[in-house]
Amino acid sequence: MPNVFRSSRAGVAVVALSAALLGGCATTGNPNDPLEGYNRAMFSFNDQVDKIAIKPAAQVYEAVLPSPVRTGVGNVLGNLGDPWIALNNMLQGKFAEGMSDLMRFALNSTWGLLGLLDIASEAGLPKHDEDLGQTLGRWGVGEGAYIVLPFFGPRTVRDAVALPADMMGNGPFSIDHVPTRNTLLGTRVVHGRSVLLGADRTLEEAALDRYAFVRDFYLEQRRYKVSDGQQAREYEDFDDQSAAPLGDEVDTAAAAAVERLELVAIGEPAFDHATASSNHRN
Amino acid sequence: MKKMLNRFFLPLLGLLFAGTLSVAAASDVKAPDALVKDVTNEVLEIVRADKAIQAGDTKRVIELVDAKVLPHFDFRRMTMLAVGRDWRQASPEQQGKLTDAFRTLLVRTYSNALTQYRDQRIVFPLSRFAAADTRVQIRSEVIQTGAQPVGIDYMLEKSEQGWKVFDVIVAGVSLVTNYRSSFGQEISRGGIDGLIKSLEDRNRSLAEQHGLQQGEGGRGA
Repeated sequence: MPNVFRSSRAGVAVVALSAALLGGCATTGNPNDPLEGYNRAMFSFNDQVDKIAIKPAAQVYEAVLPSPVRTGVGNVLGNLGDPWIALNNMLQGKFAEGMSDLMRFALNSTWGLLGLLDIASEAGLPKHDEDLGQTLGRWGVGEGAYIVLPFFGPRTVRDAVALPADMMGNGPFSIDHVPTRNTLLGTRVVHGRSVLLGADRTLEEAALDRYAFVRDFYLEQRRYKVSDGQQAREYEDFDDQSAAPLGDEVDTAAAAAVERLELVAIGEPAFDHATASSNHRN
Repeated sequence: MKKMLNRFFLPLLGLLFAGTLSVAAASDVKAPDALVKDVTNEVLEIVRADKAIQAGDTKRVIELVDAKVLPHFDFRRMTMLAVGRDWRQASPEQQGKLTDAFRTLLVRTYSNALTQYRDQRIVFPLSRFAAADTRVQIRSEVIQTGAQPVGIDYMLEKSEQGWKVFDVIVAGVSLVTNYRSSFGQEISRGGIDGLIKSLEDRNRSLAEQHGLQQGEGGRGA
């Protein structure tokens, strides 16, 4: 990613700083987050950048431009990303989805006035969300540690490795005309942030520990996206008074219910048994 | 005569009674997908018409959520899932306090999200489940132009009081289990009581921010 920090010496400094931190205070004991010490430092650095520069810009953007204009901006940016999404769908063997993304791009770039209007969604071609990180995940590449990148924020090591290609592939970066490219990139950052202006308040209020909240949210959402929502959801039961847990799959649930009914007739240990068997599965 | 009454009338009465019972049961328990859809539509209709809520009146939106949404949630179960393994170590009294505090936190924070609602379209893709299922996942999607729809899924379990939501999954992330690691941190630092305290502290500062009185927002549901 040669161009990312070209205009910013601060960026280089931050990379150096983050490398130093990475070596310095790495472990705090959470096995799911071996880089927690560095990550927390970088998280609060990004927070400061957001507070000083990005959020104010997004607020101005939201205040100045009426909602339909901002929708148009989002549509144009989204349209530029569709070919890359198409490619990644195909790399994952999802050809129908990939074709649909290409149709979207063709339709929105022409009848949608260079992507200003998302007529493809209304025509029944929904927007997808794919990137190289997800493709690698589909191919079985492990996600690696959770890592907070300067400016870019939460990633897994796998997604961080995919990031340069994702940026090159994702529209604006492949434009040769530098002012146009920079305008688009800047717009993308500001627009992307403006979309989150309501949600960040909820995050602020809901999280006991914002760092942990964001980390767990990011990791769970990435796993969800890699599996396209097909992963089974498991719910353990930590409450011995309530009913025993059921698996997410219907047949497991039914089997457990039958098992429970049978065991209830025998007596007390019913719940223990069912709980134990289910916990074992998890 | 008395014998005849016993022989015919009582069983008949019993039959009749059983009949009304089962009819009542069938109509009382709304199907989970219909429940989610009806509650969502009803609440959004109110929000759309209520200028005070749109202007960010937290007290008013919490009243709305209290009345329309909370009765369909199983907060004890949600709290248990958020706390995880340590739930077993909590006394019944601590469990009660945790449930109260977590309910208040969820209601205060996510009710606020409702004030952000303008006129996004919400659709309900078909949710697959069998009539005999006691646990179902009901899907809904917020449509936004130029971006992938955001999924909001509700996990419901059948209880004697009808279907109860015990988890909400937004964009693939469980809002309940997302709390587990930060709850675990609090517990390893200050025990169950430490977690109760930090939840209550957070609720108190939120109440001050929103100009609510303590105890408002989610209690007594």
